[in-house]
Amino acid sequence: MQNHLEVKLGEKKDRKGPVIFSEYKRGEAIKKALSMSREDILFELKDSKLKGRGGAGFPTSTKWMLTAAAKAEKKFIICNADEGEPGTFKDRVLLMEYPELVFDGMVVGGYTIGAQLGIVYLRGEYEYLLKPLEDYLEEMRKDNLLGKNILGKEGFDFDIEIVLGSGAYVCGEETALIESLEGHRGEPRNRPPYPINTGFLGRPTSVNNVETLAAVSHIVVKGGKWFAKFGTDKSSGSKLFSVSGDCEKPGVYELPWGTKVSELLKIVGAKNAKAVQIGGASGHCIPKSQFDRALAYEDVPTGGSVMIFNENRDMLHVLKNFMEFFVDESCGQCTPCRIGNVKLLEGVEMIEKGQYTFAHINKLKELGRTMQLASKCGLGQSSPNPFISILENFKDEIFNRGNGGRNGR
Amino acid sequence: MLVVEKNALSEEIESYIEKYGNDRSALLMILHEIQKKHRHISEFAQQEVARLLNIHPVEVYSVISFFAFLNSNPKGRNLVRICQTISCDMKGKKQVVQAIERELGIKIGETTKDNKFTVEYANCLGLCDMGPAMAINDQVYVNLTPEKAVELLSKVK
Repeated sequence: MQNHLEVKLGEKKDRKGPVIFSEYKRGEAIKKALSMSREDILFELKDSKLKGRGGAGFPTSTKWMLTAAAKAEKKFIICNADEGEPGTFKDRVLLMEYPELVFDGMVVGGYTIGAQLGIVYLRGEYEYLLKPLEDYLEEMRKDNLLGKNILGKEGFDFDIEIVLGSGAYVCGEETALIESLEGHRGEPRNRPPYPINTGFLGRPTSVNNVETLAAVSHIVVKGGKWFAKFGTDKSSGSKLFSVSGDCEKPGVYELPWGTKVSELLKIVGAKNAKAVQIGGASGHCIPKSQFDRALAYEDVPTGGSVMIFNENRDMLHVLKNFMEFFVDESCGQCTPCRIGNVKLLEGVEMIEKGQYTFAHINKLKELGRTMQLASKCGLGQSSPNPFISILENFKDEIFNRGNGGRNGR
Repeated sequence: MLVVEKNALSEEIESYIEKYGNDRSALLMILHEIQKKHRHISEFAQQEVARLLNIHPVEVYSVISFFAFLNSNPKGRNLVRICQTISCDMKGKKQVVQAIERELGIKIGETTKDNKFTVEYANCLGLCDMGPAMAINDQVYVNLTPEKAVELLSKVK
Protein backbone atom coordinates (compact mmCIF):
# COMPACT_ATOMS: atom_id res chain seq x y z
CA MET A 1 0.00 0.00 0.00
CA GLN A 2 1.22 3.48 -0.86
CA ASN A 3 2.11 5.39 2.31
CA HIS A 4 3.22 8.72 0.94
CA LEU A 5 0.32 11.02 0.08
CA GLU A 6 1.13 12.39 -3.35
CA VAL A 7 -0.60 15.49 -4.55
CA LYS A 8 -1.70 15.62 -8.16
CA LEU A 9 -3.82 18.71 -8.17
CA GLY A 10 -7.03 18.48 -10.14
CA GLU A 11 -6.76 14.72 -10.68
CA LYS A 12 -10.15 13.32 -9.76
CA LYS A 13 -10.90 10.01 -8.20
CA ASP A 14 -14.04 8.24 -9.33
CA ARG A 15 -16.53 10.23 -7.27
CA LYS A 16 -20.25 10.47 -7.80
CA GLY A 17 -22.67 13.02 -6.44
CA PRO A 18 -25.69 15.03 -7.48
CA VAL A 19 -24.26 18.54 -7.06
CA ILE A 20 -20.65 19.10 -6.04
CA PHE A 21 -19.26 16.10 -7.91
CA SER A 22 -21.39 16.73 -11.02
CA GLU A 23 -19.94 17.88 -14.33
CA TYR A 24 -18.13 21.24 -14.30
CA LYS A 25 -15.56 22.94 -16.53
CA ARG A 26 -13.01 25.37 -15.16
CA GLY A 27 -13.99 29.00 -15.60
CA GLU A 28 -17.61 28.18 -16.50
CA ALA A 29 -19.10 29.91 -13.45
CA ILE A 30 -16.91 33.00 -13.88
CA LYS A 31 -17.97 33.39 -17.50
CA LYS A 32 -21.64 32.99 -16.65
CA ALA A 33 -21.43 35.28 -13.62
CA LEU A 34 -19.76 38.09 -15.54
CA SER A 35 -22.63 38.05 -18.02
CA MET A 36 -25.10 38.53 -15.17
CA SER A 37 -25.76 41.50 -12.91
CA ARG A 38 -24.71 41.30 -9.27
CA GLU A 39 -28.36 41.34 -8.19
CA ASP A 40 -29.20 38.40 -10.43
CA ILE A 41 -26.43 36.33 -8.87
CA LEU A 42 -27.79 37.17 -5.42
CA PHE A 43 -31.30 36.17 -6.56
CA GLU A 44 -30.01 32.82 -7.82
CA LEU A 45 -28.31 32.25 -4.49
CA LYS A 46 -31.48 33.17 -2.68
CA ASP A 47 -33.44 30.69 -4.79
CA SER A 48 -30.88 28.00 -4.01
CA LYS A 49 -31.34 28.53 -0.25
CA LEU A 50 -27.67 27.64 0.15
CA LYS A 51 -26.48 27.71 3.74
CA GLY A 52 -22.88 27.92 4.92
CA ARG A 53 -21.25 24.50 4.87
CA GLY A 54 -18.81 25.06 7.72
CA GLY A 55 -21.41 24.00 10.23
CA ALA A 56 -23.12 27.16 11.40
CA GLY A 57 -25.46 27.23 8.42
CA PHE A 58 -25.85 30.96 7.84
CA PRO A 59 -27.61 31.68 4.50
CA THR A 60 -24.92 32.53 1.95
CA SER A 61 -27.15 34.89 -0.05
CA THR A 62 -27.77 37.02 3.06
CA LYS A 63 -24.08 37.15 3.92
CA TRP A 64 -23.16 38.25 0.42
CA MET A 65 -26.02 40.70 0.18
CA LEU A 66 -24.92 42.41 3.40
CA THR A 67 -21.28 42.49 2.32
CA ALA A 68 -22.26 43.80 -1.10
CA ALA A 69 -24.38 46.52 0.50
CA ALA A 70 -21.61 47.67 2.85
CA LYS A 71 -19.93 50.78 1.55
CA ALA A 72 -16.13 50.69 1.49
CA GLU A 73 -13.23 51.24 -0.85
CA LYS A 74 -11.88 47.78 -0.30
CA LYS A 75 -13.65 44.53 0.46
CA PHE A 76 -12.42 41.01 0.91
CA ILE A 77 -13.64 37.48 0.41
CA ILE A 78 -11.98 34.83 2.50
CA CYS A 79 -12.07 31.12 1.86
CA ASN A 80 -11.97 29.34 5.19
CA ALA A 81 -9.81 26.28 4.50
CA ASP A 82 -8.86 25.82 8.14
CA GLU A 83 -10.84 22.64 8.62
CA GLY A 84 -9.59 21.47 11.97
CA GLU A 85 -12.64 19.65 13.22
CA PRO A 86 -11.62 16.10 14.08
CA GLY A 87 -12.94 13.73 11.44
CA THR A 88 -13.29 16.37 8.70
CA PHE A 89 -11.29 16.15 5.50
CA LYS A 90 -13.72 17.12 2.73
CA ASP A 91 -11.93 20.43 2.11
CA ARG A 92 -8.69 18.56 1.51
CA VAL A 93 -10.44 16.48 -1.15
CA LEU A 94 -12.10 19.54 -2.71
CA LEU A 95 -8.88 21.53 -2.87
CA MET A 96 -6.88 18.58 -4.15
CA GLU A 97 -9.32 17.27 -6.74
CA TYR A 98 -11.69 20.16 -7.47
CA PRO A 99 -9.68 23.39 -7.06
CA GLU A 100 -11.56 24.93 -10.03
CA LEU A 101 -14.85 24.83 -8.13
CA VAL A 102 -13.42 26.58 -5.08
CA PHE A 103 -11.44 29.28 -6.88
CA ASP A 104 -14.19 29.99 -9.43
CA GLY A 105 -16.61 30.34 -6.53
CA MET A 106 -14.25 32.87 -4.97
CA VAL A 107 -14.04 34.92 -8.15
CA VAL A 108 -17.85 34.88 -8.42
CA GLY A 109 -18.01 36.00 -4.80
CA GLY A 110 -15.50 38.76 -5.42
CA TYR A 111 -17.57 39.99 -8.35
CA THR A 112 -20.84 39.82 -6.42
CA ILE A 113 -19.76 41.62 -3.25
CA GLY A 114 -17.32 43.95 -4.98
CA ALA A 115 -14.06 42.63 -3.51
CA GLN A 116 -10.66 43.07 -5.11
CA LEU A 117 -8.83 40.39 -3.17
CA GLY A 118 -9.63 36.86 -2.12
CA ILE A 119 -7.62 35.14 0.59
CA VAL A 120 -7.48 31.40 1.12
CA TYR A 121 -6.67 30.64 4.74
CA LEU A 122 -5.13 27.20 4.37
CA ARG A 123 -4.53 25.21 7.52
CA GLY A 124 -0.88 24.56 8.35
CA GLU A 125 -1.48 20.81 8.29
CA TYR A 126 -2.16 21.09 4.54
CA GLU A 127 1.14 22.77 3.77
CA TYR A 128 1.80 20.16 1.08
CA LEU A 129 -1.07 21.73 -0.91
CA LEU A 130 0.38 25.25 -0.84
CA LYS A 131 2.77 25.01 -3.78
CA PRO A 132 0.41 23.07 -6.09
CA LEU A 133 -2.42 25.52 -5.34
CA GLU A 134 -0.20 28.52 -5.99
CA ASP A 135 0.82 27.00 -9.31
CA TYR A 136 -2.85 26.52 -10.10
CA LEU A 137 -3.57 30.19 -9.36
CA GLU A 138 -0.71 31.12 -11.67
CA GLU A 139 -2.40 29.15 -14.46
CA MET A 140 -5.63 31.00 -13.77
CA ARG A 141 -3.80 34.32 -14.08
CA LYS A 142 -2.40 33.24 -17.45
CA ASP A 143 -5.91 32.48 -18.69
CA ASN A 144 -7.20 35.82 -17.36
CA LEU A 145 -9.50 34.10 -14.88
CA LEU A 146 -7.67 36.21 -12.31
CA GLY A 147 -5.98 39.58 -12.61
CA LYS A 148 -7.09 42.76 -14.33
CA ASN A 149 -10.28 43.06 -16.38
CA ILE A 150 -11.10 39.38 -15.94
CA LEU A 151 -12.33 37.76 -19.17
CA GLY A 152 -12.56 41.20 -20.71
CA LYS A 153 -14.95 42.52 -18.08
CA GLU A 154 -13.94 46.15 -17.85
CA GLY A 155 -13.12 47.24 -14.32
CA PHE A 156 -13.32 43.85 -12.65
CA ASP A 157 -9.92 43.21 -11.06
CA PHE A 158 -9.60 40.34 -8.67
CA ASP A 159 -6.80 38.20 -7.37
CA ILE A 160 -6.41 35.37 -4.87
CA GLU A 161 -3.61 34.76 -2.40
CA ILE A 162 -3.03 31.92 0.01
CA VAL A 163 -2.05 32.36 3.64
CA LEU A 164 -0.95 29.40 5.68
CA GLY A 165 -2.28 28.86 9.18
CA SER A 166 -0.07 27.39 11.84
CA GLY A 167 -1.96 24.70 13.66
CA ALA A 168 -4.68 26.37 15.66
CA TYR A 169 -8.16 24.84 15.62
CA VAL A 170 -9.78 28.03 16.92
CA CYS A 171 -8.73 29.90 13.76
CA GLY A 172 -11.58 28.15 11.95
CA GLU A 173 -13.80 30.61 13.81
CA GLU A 174 -14.13 33.50 11.38
CA THR A 175 -13.11 36.38 13.64
CA ALA A 176 -10.16 34.40 15.03
CA LEU A 177 -9.17 33.65 11.45
CA ILE A 178 -9.26 37.36 10.63
CA GLU A 179 -7.25 38.21 13.76
CA SER A 180 -4.51 35.77 12.74
CA LEU A 181 -4.55 37.07 9.15
CA GLU A 182 -3.91 40.53 10.56
CA GLY A 183 -0.83 39.23 12.38
CA HIS A 184 -2.30 38.84 15.85
CA ARG A 185 -2.92 35.86 18.09
CA GLY A 186 -5.86 33.92 16.72
CA GLU A 187 -8.29 34.89 19.43
CA PRO A 188 -11.95 35.38 18.52
CA ARG A 189 -13.39 38.89 18.61
CA ASN A 190 -16.57 40.05 20.21
CA ARG A 191 -19.45 40.03 17.78
CA PRO A 192 -21.04 42.35 16.71
CA PRO A 193 -19.55 43.98 14.74
CA TYR A 194 -19.62 41.15 12.23
CA PRO A 195 -17.04 40.67 9.49
CA ILE A 196 -19.63 41.62 6.87
CA ASN A 197 -18.96 45.25 7.74
CA THR A 198 -15.89 45.18 10.01
CA GLY A 199 -13.73 42.30 8.90
CA PHE A 200 -10.18 41.96 7.64
CA LEU A 201 -8.33 45.26 8.29
CA GLY A 202 -11.66 46.73 9.36
CA ARG A 203 -13.16 46.31 5.87
CA PRO A 204 -16.29 44.43 4.86
CA THR A 205 -15.34 40.78 4.53
CA SER A 206 -17.22 37.65 3.61
CA VAL A 207 -15.79 34.48 5.12
CA ASN A 208 -17.03 31.34 3.37
CA ASN A 209 -16.30 27.67 3.74
CA VAL A 210 -14.51 25.82 0.92
CA GLU A 211 -17.55 23.68 0.21
CA THR A 212 -19.91 26.70 0.15
CA LEU A 213 -17.79 28.32 -2.57
CA ALA A 214 -17.70 25.07 -4.53
CA ALA A 215 -21.51 24.93 -4.37
CA VAL A 216 -21.75 28.54 -5.57
CA SER A 217 -19.91 27.64 -8.79
CA HIS A 218 -22.52 25.00 -9.60
CA ILE A 219 -25.43 27.25 -8.61
CA VAL A 220 -24.29 30.05 -10.90
CA VAL A 221 -24.03 27.69 -13.87
CA LYS A 222 -27.07 25.50 -13.27
CA GLY A 223 -29.39 27.85 -11.38
CA GLY A 224 -30.67 28.18 -7.84
CA LYS A 225 -33.86 26.25 -8.54
CA TRP A 226 -31.88 23.27 -9.80
CA PHE A 227 -29.84 23.26 -6.58
CA ALA A 228 -32.90 23.56 -4.35
CA LYS A 229 -34.39 20.43 -5.97
CA PHE A 230 -31.99 18.35 -3.90
CA GLY A 231 -32.21 17.87 -0.17
CA THR A 232 -35.07 18.92 2.09
CA ASP A 233 -37.09 22.09 2.33
CA LYS A 234 -34.99 23.66 5.09
CA SER A 235 -31.70 22.13 3.97
CA SER A 236 -31.31 22.47 0.24
CA GLY A 237 -28.73 20.78 -1.92
CA SER A 238 -26.27 18.12 -0.95
CA LYS A 239 -23.50 17.79 1.59
CA LEU A 240 -20.06 16.28 1.59
CA PHE A 241 -19.62 13.88 4.47
CA SER A 242 -16.18 12.94 5.72
CA VAL A 243 -16.61 9.41 6.98
CA SER A 244 -14.03 7.71 9.16
CA GLY A 245 -13.80 5.16 11.91
CA ASP A 246 -15.23 1.63 11.97
CA CYS A 247 -16.49 1.07 8.43
CA GLU A 248 -15.36 -0.72 5.30
CA LYS A 249 -15.17 2.30 3.02
CA PRO A 250 -14.10 5.48 4.77
CA GLY A 251 -13.83 8.60 2.61
CA VAL A 252 -15.77 11.57 1.30
CA TYR A 253 -19.36 11.01 0.19
CA GLU A 254 -21.75 13.46 -1.38
CA LEU A 255 -25.32 12.80 -0.26
CA PRO A 256 -28.43 14.94 -0.35
CA TRP A 257 -29.46 16.57 2.91
CA GLY A 258 -32.10 14.56 4.70
CA THR A 259 -30.25 11.27 4.32
CA LYS A 260 -30.82 9.09 7.37
CA VAL A 261 -27.87 8.10 9.55
CA SER A 262 -28.72 4.44 8.97
CA GLU A 263 -28.69 4.92 5.18
CA LEU A 264 -25.27 6.53 5.36
CA LEU A 265 -23.97 3.68 7.51
CA LYS A 266 -25.19 1.21 4.92
CA ILE A 267 -23.48 3.04 2.06
CA VAL A 268 -20.11 3.13 3.81
CA GLY A 269 -20.34 -0.48 4.98
CA ALA A 270 -20.50 0.07 8.71
CA LYS A 271 -21.58 -3.11 10.42
CA ASN A 272 -22.33 -3.36 14.13
CA ALA A 273 -21.96 0.37 14.74
CA LYS A 274 -23.10 1.35 18.21
CA ALA A 275 -22.54 5.08 17.98
CA VAL A 276 -21.88 7.78 15.43
CA GLN A 277 -20.26 11.08 16.29
CA ILE A 278 -21.76 13.65 13.96
CA GLY A 279 -20.25 17.08 13.49
CA GLY A 280 -16.81 16.19 14.82
CA ALA A 281 -15.56 16.48 18.38
CA SER A 282 -17.79 19.50 18.97
CA GLY A 283 -20.83 17.68 17.55
CA HIS A 284 -23.21 15.17 19.02
CA CYS A 285 -22.91 11.48 19.67
CA ILE A 286 -25.87 9.55 18.28
CA PRO A 287 -26.54 6.10 19.75
CA LYS A 288 -27.95 3.17 17.79
CA SER A 289 -31.51 3.91 18.92
CA GLN A 290 -31.43 7.21 17.03
CA PHE A 291 -29.95 5.99 13.74
CA ASP A 292 -33.20 6.84 11.96
CA ARG A 293 -32.57 10.55 12.43
CA ALA A 294 -31.89 12.65 9.36
CA LEU A 295 -28.73 14.55 8.52
CA ALA A 296 -30.11 18.05 7.96
CA TYR A 297 -30.01 21.48 9.57
CA GLU A 298 -33.45 20.84 11.09
CA ASP A 299 -32.55 17.48 12.68
CA VAL A 300 -28.85 16.64 13.04
CA PRO A 301 -26.87 19.60 11.68
CA THR A 302 -23.26 18.96 10.76
CA GLY A 303 -20.24 20.39 9.03
CA GLY A 304 -19.79 16.94 7.54
CA SER A 305 -17.74 14.93 10.01
CA VAL A 306 -19.06 11.42 10.62
CA MET A 307 -17.06 9.14 12.91
CA ILE A 308 -18.29 5.62 13.44
CA PHE A 309 -17.70 3.52 16.54
CA ASN A 310 -18.43 -0.21 16.64
CA GLU A 311 -19.58 -2.41 19.52
CA ASN A 312 -16.05 -2.93 20.86
CA ARG A 313 -15.15 0.71 21.32
CA ASP A 314 -14.84 2.19 24.76
CA MET A 315 -16.92 5.37 24.63
CA LEU A 316 -15.21 6.85 27.67
CA HIS A 317 -11.91 6.58 25.81
CA VAL A 318 -13.51 8.38 22.86
CA LEU A 319 -14.77 11.12 25.15
CA LYS A 320 -11.37 11.48 26.78
CA ASN A 321 -9.74 11.89 23.37
CA PHE A 322 -12.21 14.67 22.50
CA MET A 323 -11.73 16.49 25.80
CA GLU A 324 -7.94 16.31 25.49
CA PHE A 325 -8.37 17.89 22.08
CA PHE A 326 -10.37 20.80 23.48
CA VAL A 327 -7.99 21.40 26.38
CA ASP A 328 -5.21 21.59 23.79
CA GLU A 329 -7.07 23.84 21.42
CA SER A 330 -8.88 26.28 23.69
CA CYS A 331 -7.27 29.65 23.00
CA GLY A 332 -7.48 30.59 26.68
CA GLN A 333 -8.99 33.99 26.11
CA CYS A 334 -12.26 33.45 28.00
CA THR A 335 -12.58 31.71 31.35
CA PRO A 336 -15.49 29.31 30.78
CA CYS A 337 -13.65 27.60 27.94
CA ARG A 338 -10.11 27.77 29.34
CA ILE A 339 -10.98 26.32 32.73
CA GLY A 340 -14.18 24.49 31.89
CA ASN A 341 -12.59 22.10 29.43
CA VAL A 342 -9.86 21.20 31.93
CA LYS A 343 -12.50 20.47 34.56
CA LEU A 344 -14.49 18.29 32.17
CA LEU A 345 -11.37 16.34 31.25
CA GLU A 346 -10.58 15.85 34.94
CA GLY A 347 -14.09 14.49 35.37
CA VAL A 348 -13.53 11.96 32.59
CA GLU A 349 -10.28 10.87 34.22
CA MET A 350 -12.05 10.44 37.56
CA ILE A 351 -14.60 8.15 35.94
CA GLU A 352 -11.78 6.26 34.26
CA LYS A 353 -10.17 5.59 37.64
CA GLY A 354 -13.49 4.91 39.32
CA GLN A 355 -12.98 7.80 41.71
CA TYR A 356 -16.05 9.91 41.14
CA THR A 357 -19.34 10.79 42.72
CA PHE A 358 -22.52 11.29 40.77
CA ALA A 359 -22.97 14.60 42.58
CA HIS A 360 -19.71 15.80 41.03
CA ILE A 361 -20.53 14.47 37.56
CA ASN A 362 -23.88 16.24 37.66
CA LYS A 363 -22.14 19.46 38.68
CA LEU A 364 -19.83 19.03 35.67
CA LYS A 365 -22.81 18.60 33.35
CA GLU A 366 -24.15 21.85 34.75
CA LEU A 367 -20.75 23.44 34.17
CA GLY A 368 -20.95 22.21 30.57
CA ARG A 369 -24.28 23.95 30.11
CA THR A 370 -22.79 27.11 31.60
CA MET A 371 -19.93 26.91 29.11
CA GLN A 372 -22.44 26.60 26.27
CA LEU A 373 -23.99 29.88 27.38
CA ALA A 374 -21.02 31.85 28.61
CA SER A 375 -18.15 31.06 26.24
CA LYS A 376 -17.13 33.72 23.80
CA CYS A 377 -16.98 31.68 20.61
CA GLY A 378 -18.17 28.45 19.09
CA LEU A 379 -15.31 26.42 20.54
CA GLY A 380 -16.31 26.74 24.17
CA GLN A 381 -20.00 26.84 23.29
CA SER A 382 -19.81 23.43 21.65
CA SER A 383 -16.97 21.62 23.43
CA PRO A 384 -19.26 20.39 26.24
CA ASN A 385 -21.51 18.69 23.62
CA PRO A 386 -19.65 15.35 23.56
CA PHE A 387 -19.31 15.37 27.36
CA ILE A 388 -23.03 15.81 27.83
CA SER A 389 -24.21 13.61 24.96
CA ILE A 390 -21.80 10.69 25.50
CA LEU A 391 -22.34 10.53 29.27
CA GLU A 392 -26.09 10.68 28.72
CA ASN A 393 -26.36 8.19 25.86
CA PHE A 394 -23.82 5.65 27.14
CA LYS A 395 -24.29 5.91 30.89
CA ASP A 396 -24.92 2.18 31.31
CA GLU A 397 -21.65 1.31 29.65
CA ILE A 398 -19.63 4.08 31.28
CA PHE A 399 -20.86 3.84 34.87
CA ASN A 400 -20.77 0.02 34.88
CA ARG A 401 -17.09 -0.11 34.05
CA GLY A 402 -15.06 -2.75 35.79
CA ASN A 403 -17.91 -5.20 36.28
CA GLY A 404 -16.28 -7.67 33.91
CA GLY A 405 -18.79 -7.14 31.13
CA ARG A 406 -17.90 -6.61 27.52
CA ASN A 407 -17.27 -2.93 27.97
CA GLY A 408 -16.28 -3.13 31.58
CA ARG A 409 -12.60 -2.56 31.26
CA MET B 1 25.31 33.87 17.21
CA LEU B 2 28.07 35.16 14.95
CA VAL B 3 27.79 38.58 13.37
CA VAL B 4 27.86 37.05 9.89
CA GLU B 5 25.02 34.74 10.86
CA LYS B 6 23.03 37.66 12.17
CA ASN B 7 23.59 39.58 8.97
CA ALA B 8 22.56 36.63 6.87
CA LEU B 9 19.38 36.20 8.90
CA SER B 10 18.58 39.90 8.62
CA GLU B 11 18.98 39.73 4.88
CA GLU B 12 16.81 36.66 4.71
CA ILE B 13 14.04 38.35 6.68
CA GLU B 14 14.29 41.45 4.51
CA SER B 15 13.72 39.26 1.47
CA TYR B 16 10.50 37.95 3.07
CA ILE B 17 9.38 41.50 3.72
CA GLU B 18 9.94 42.22 0.06
CA LYS B 19 7.82 39.22 -0.88
CA TYR B 20 4.95 39.68 1.59
CA GLY B 21 5.07 43.40 2.32
CA ASN B 22 5.78 45.31 5.52
CA ASP B 23 2.24 45.38 6.84
CA ARG B 24 1.56 43.46 10.01
CA SER B 25 -0.80 41.18 8.05
CA ALA B 26 2.32 39.66 6.47
CA LEU B 27 3.51 38.40 9.86
CA LEU B 28 2.11 34.88 9.71
CA MET B 29 3.65 34.08 6.33
CA ILE B 30 7.01 35.60 7.32
CA LEU B 31 7.11 33.55 10.52
CA HIS B 32 6.13 30.50 8.54
CA GLU B 33 9.07 30.97 6.16
CA ILE B 34 11.56 31.41 9.00
CA GLN B 35 10.15 28.42 10.85
CA LYS B 36 10.36 26.29 7.73
CA LYS B 37 13.98 27.12 7.07
CA HIS B 38 15.38 27.16 10.59
CA ARG B 39 12.89 24.90 12.41
CA HIS B 40 12.50 27.63 15.02
CA ILE B 41 12.26 31.39 15.28
CA SER B 42 15.14 32.67 17.39
CA GLU B 43 15.01 35.70 19.63
CA PHE B 44 17.14 37.62 17.17
CA ALA B 45 14.83 36.70 14.28
CA GLN B 46 11.86 37.87 16.33
CA GLN B 47 13.52 41.22 16.95
CA GLU B 48 14.35 41.64 13.29
CA VAL B 49 10.81 40.84 12.19
CA ALA B 50 9.47 43.27 14.77
CA ARG B 51 11.85 46.00 13.64
CA LEU B 52 10.96 45.59 9.97
CA LEU B 53 7.22 45.46 10.61
CA ASN B 54 7.47 48.32 13.10
CA ILE B 55 5.86 46.46 15.98
CA HIS B 56 7.10 45.48 19.42
CA PRO B 57 9.07 42.20 19.62
CA VAL B 58 6.71 40.91 22.28
CA GLU B 59 3.90 41.11 19.73
CA VAL B 60 5.85 38.74 17.52
CA TYR B 61 6.54 36.44 20.45
CA SER B 62 2.89 36.42 21.45
CA VAL B 63 1.90 35.19 17.99
CA ILE B 64 4.61 32.52 18.03
CA SER B 65 3.52 31.25 21.41
CA PHE B 66 -0.08 31.04 20.23
CA PHE B 67 0.42 28.71 17.29
CA ALA B 68 1.29 25.05 17.66
CA PHE B 69 3.47 25.00 14.54
CA LEU B 70 5.65 27.96 15.51
CA ASN B 71 8.29 27.76 18.21
CA SER B 72 11.09 29.89 19.58
CA ASN B 73 13.24 27.04 20.86
CA PRO B 74 15.26 24.92 18.44
CA LYS B 75 13.95 21.49 17.51
CA GLY B 76 15.47 18.57 15.68
CA ARG B 77 16.32 18.79 11.99
CA ASN B 78 13.28 16.75 11.09
CA LEU B 79 9.93 17.20 12.71
CA VAL B 80 7.71 14.14 12.99
CA ARG B 81 4.08 14.74 13.92
CA ILE B 82 1.76 11.86 14.64
CA CYS B 83 -1.98 12.43 14.56
CA GLN B 84 -3.49 11.69 17.95
CA THR B 85 -7.15 12.33 17.22
CA ILE B 86 -9.73 9.61 17.58
CA SER B 87 -9.94 8.21 14.01
CA CYS B 88 -6.19 7.63 13.86
CA ASP B 89 -6.26 6.49 17.48
CA MET B 90 -8.75 3.74 16.61
CA LYS B 91 -6.62 2.57 13.68
CA GLY B 92 -3.57 1.96 15.85
CA LYS B 93 -1.81 5.25 16.56
CA LYS B 94 -0.57 3.95 19.91
CA GLN B 95 1.32 1.04 18.37
CA VAL B 96 2.92 3.34 15.79
CA VAL B 97 4.02 5.77 18.48
CA GLN B 98 5.43 3.02 20.67
CA ALA B 99 7.41 1.58 17.75
CA ILE B 100 8.89 4.99 16.96
CA GLU B 101 9.71 5.63 20.62
CA ARG B 102 11.50 2.28 20.90
CA GLU B 103 13.39 2.71 17.65
CA LEU B 104 14.59 6.27 18.32
CA GLY B 105 15.07 5.75 22.04
CA ILE B 106 13.08 8.83 23.00
CA LYS B 107 9.63 9.59 24.34
CA ILE B 108 7.09 11.54 22.37
CA GLY B 109 7.74 15.29 22.68
CA GLU B 110 11.52 14.77 22.83
CA THR B 111 14.40 15.25 20.41
CA THR B 112 17.00 12.60 19.60
CA LYS B 113 20.54 13.16 20.89
CA ASP B 114 21.94 13.58 17.38
CA ASN B 115 19.32 16.29 16.83
CA LYS B 116 17.94 14.43 13.84
CA PHE B 117 14.33 13.98 14.95
CA THR B 118 11.80 15.71 17.13
CA VAL B 119 8.68 13.59 17.58
CA GLU B 120 5.39 15.17 18.60
CA TYR B 121 1.69 14.57 18.66
CA ALA B 122 -0.51 16.66 16.40
CA ASN B 123 -4.24 17.23 16.54
CA CYS B 124 -6.30 16.01 13.59
CA LEU B 125 -4.21 16.14 10.40
CA GLY B 126 -7.31 15.77 8.24
CA LEU B 127 -6.37 12.30 7.01
CA CYS B 128 -8.96 10.44 9.08
CA ASP B 129 -9.96 8.11 6.22
CA MET B 130 -6.39 6.86 5.86
CA GLY B 131 -5.18 6.61 9.44
CA PRO B 132 -2.94 6.24 11.23
CA ALA B 133 -1.26 9.25 9.71
CA MET B 134 1.90 11.19 10.39
CA ALA B 135 3.74 14.13 8.91
CA ILE B 136 7.49 14.26 8.44
CA ASN B 137 8.25 17.95 7.90
CA ASP B 138 5.78 19.08 5.21
CA GLN B 139 5.05 15.65 3.72
CA VAL B 140 2.34 13.32 5.01
CA TYR B 141 2.24 9.56 5.27
CA VAL B 142 -0.88 7.47 5.68
CA ASN B 143 -2.11 3.92 6.38
CA LEU B 144 0.85 3.35 8.66
CA THR B 145 1.83 0.21 10.49
CA PRO B 146 4.47 0.27 13.25
CA GLU B 147 6.94 -1.38 10.89
CA LYS B 148 6.18 0.97 7.99
CA ALA B 149 6.47 4.08 10.17
CA VAL B 150 9.92 3.08 11.40
CA GLU B 151 11.01 2.23 7.86
CA LEU B 152 9.93 5.68 6.66
CA LEU B 153 11.95 7.34 9.40
CA SER B 154 15.02 5.31 8.49
CA LYS B 155 14.89 6.83 4.99
CA VAL B 156 15.00 10.39 6.30
CA LYS B 157 18.37 12.08 6.10
